[in-house]
Amino acid sequence: MKKVLEVDNLSVSFDTFGGEVKAVRDVSFELSKQETLAIVGESGSGKSVTAQSLMRLIEMPPGKFVDGSIKFDGEDLVLKSDKQMEDIRGKEISMIFQDPMTSLNPTMTVGRQISESLIKHQGMTKKEAHNRGIELLKLVGIPNPEARINQYPHQYSGGMRQRGMIAIALACNPKMLIADEPTTALDVTIQAQILDLMRNLKEQTGAAIILITHDLGVVANAADRVAVMYGGKIVETGSADEIFYNARHPYTWGLLGSMPKLEDDNVDLHAIPGSPPDLLDPPKGCPFAARCPYAMKVCEDHMPEYTELSSTQKTACWLLDERAPKVEPPESAIAGGSIVNE
Amino acid sequence: MAKYLVKRVGFILLSLFFIVTITFFLMQAAPGGPFTSERQLPPEIEQQLNEQYGLDDPLHVQYIDYLKDIAVWDFGPSFKYPAQSVNDIINRSVPYSLILGAEAIFIALSIGVLLGVVAALKHNKFGDYTAMVVAVLGISVPNFIMAALLQYVFAMQMDALPVARFDSFAHTLLPAVALATTPLAFIARLMRSSMLEVLSSDYIKTAKSKGLSHRVVTYKHALRNAIMPVISYLGPLVVAILTGSFVIEKIFAIPGLGNEFVESITNRDYTVIMGTTVFFSVLLLISILIVDLIYGLIDPRIKVAGKGGGK
Ligand SMILES: Nc1ncnc2c1ncn2[C@@H]1O[C@H](COP(=O)(O)OP(=O)(O)OP(=O)(O)O)[C@@H](O)[C@H]1O
Ligand code: SF4
Ligand SMILES: [Mg+2]
Repeated sequence: MKKVLEVDNLSVSFDTFGGEVKAVRDVSFELSKQETLAIVGESGSGKSVTAQSLMRLIEMPPGKFVDGSIKFDGEDLVLKSDKQMEDIRGKEISMIFQDPMTSLNPTMTVGRQISESLIKHQGMTKKEAHNRGIELLKLVGIPNPEARINQYPHQYSGGMRQRGMIAIALACNPKMLIADEPTTALDVTIQAQILDLMRNLKEQTGAAIILITHDLGVVANAADRVAVMYGGKIVETGSADEIFYNARHPYTWGLLGSMPKLEDDNVDLHAIPGSPPDLLDPPKGCPFAARCPYAMKVCEDHMPEYTELSSTQKTACWLLDERAPKVEPPESAIAGGSIVNE
Repeated sequence: MAKYLVKRVGFILLSLFFIVTITFFLMQAAPGGPFTSERQLPPEIEQQLNEQYGLDDPLHVQYIDYLKDIAVWDFGPSFKYPAQSVNDIINRSVPYSLILGAEAIFIALSIGVLLGVVAALKHNKFGDYTAMVVAVLGISVPNFIMAALLQYVFAMQMDALPVARFDSFAHTLLPAVALATTPLAFIARLMRSSMLEVLSSDYIKTAKSKGLSHRVVTYKHALRNAIMPVISYLGPLVVAILTGSFVIEKIFAIPGLGNEFVESITNRDYTVIMGTTVFFSVLLLISILIVDLIYGLIDPRIKVAGKGGGK
């Protein structure tokens, strides 16, 4: 299948008073047309920095590309000028942010916020953009779009704002949509609606999606492939099935174990004890070593290479080395099937 | 809209009533009278004067008479200069003050906003530090020192501008700048912090993610939101300019209302004090109303009236 995006060895850092924060380290992944890739990981693992790097939205300085390339449609975005990026943002790649309450401009009507990119990228007149805006609002399921288009964000509910945000993102039929925790700030029923909407729209428009979340439930419902991030690195990647049924990285097990299971009301989440590594001075070896129940001597000093478990699954863990002891995933991480509720 | 305006005007009238009442009784309570001076007047003459001005009527009669007069915008004659009515004095001096005030507000707003925006865009760079040093100086230097400094540098040393009086546009520059300095500096700081906050907000990221140019993001998305705190400051700004004008008009010998006000206090010219106080209050209350109206126009979240939108 044709690749829309190939990220190779991407490293992004921030220069701060405390030193260099190595937020994203040596990250590689790719995305095909019509595919949804979920990036999961706990807070601070570098998901948003990765996402915003893809759109070159990281303020530089203090941020900087240390290494790597971001090939979008075969062209390296790292090398593009700011001006060139303006023609890609909103047209080829769009983004949806986490908090719909703050991601829309409060002093501009939703209609104008949609029109802006249509006028800029597709050379529409105001009138055309307005009409297209109404169509888009209808497409994302906002009732009475003729009236809603002239309203301000504060007149929308949270769920509607996120729909509006999606309408803005989809305005120019982008090839790739990045959604950074699009449902985290919404309540559960609205979450499901927004995810449904995104899935439908993907089928209609054929856009590839990067879905960032720390909620594996969202992943199960929406993703084709999953990349698990920890401490600025991708520690395991695979198809959704592989991650849910055949995860091999202890951190992924931890994530699976911390998911609420549908069949028992026991909401005792097995949160992973400990805290993520200090990105100012990240560990030389496996980033998870300090919290990993299976950590060995080698883990602390040497970063494990990726082991290719299938054509799609890659895992970076010393347990997969032939010299390591055989370890079975814990019980809590196995019942992955319970959350894949279709 | 009409309903809102009627309500607001009602409030203004009510506030005015209280202001008039309080000033009236404070004035009565203050020691000394309008005819007290170094040279004692013969008692018969003082008696006659008091009668002429109704000063020996019972207090409540004086008060009600005064209210009646004010209701028809008649402030009566000046005590000190009986040939002039207070209305004459106000009508004569207000244009000077209005020109000076408008000029100062214009300078404070335009340069203050500009400095603040530049500082925010050059955050933590040379431009930012320069603008903020200027702002801190501007806030800490009192306007009368600023006035003296400006007079010394531009009028006396460089001989570029007139030192005082109010005969041409050139005359207005120094007093307007002196009057504007402190509010200007304040606005610059306000604008800077608000702009910084807005620039780091999510919706600016959204605007950038749409591929809008830096210019459009800054001016169409950021500025309009960042200017809100400055708009709310317009009310206090008018107050600052007003009170500042008392001092500045005196220093620059400008025959404006502020000058008359100060003069009238030194002279214990009751009617002029009352008249100018009421006039200042009206001015202030109306400008606050205007500010609120502007705010409602710019910020859609604040609905001044039931127009458009709805839930
Ligand atoms: N401008 C910045 N300056 C310094 N450090 C930064 C900056 N932006 C992000 N970081 C650091 O980069 C790391 C990764 O942050 P990121 O926002 O990508 O996390 P995340 O995975 O998106 O977490 P969350 O789930 O909380 O959104 C964090 O440690 C953060 O402190
Ligand atoms: S490499 Fe070692 S520390 Fe890291 S996850 Fe595997 S076993 Fe644990
Ligand atoms: Mg994030």
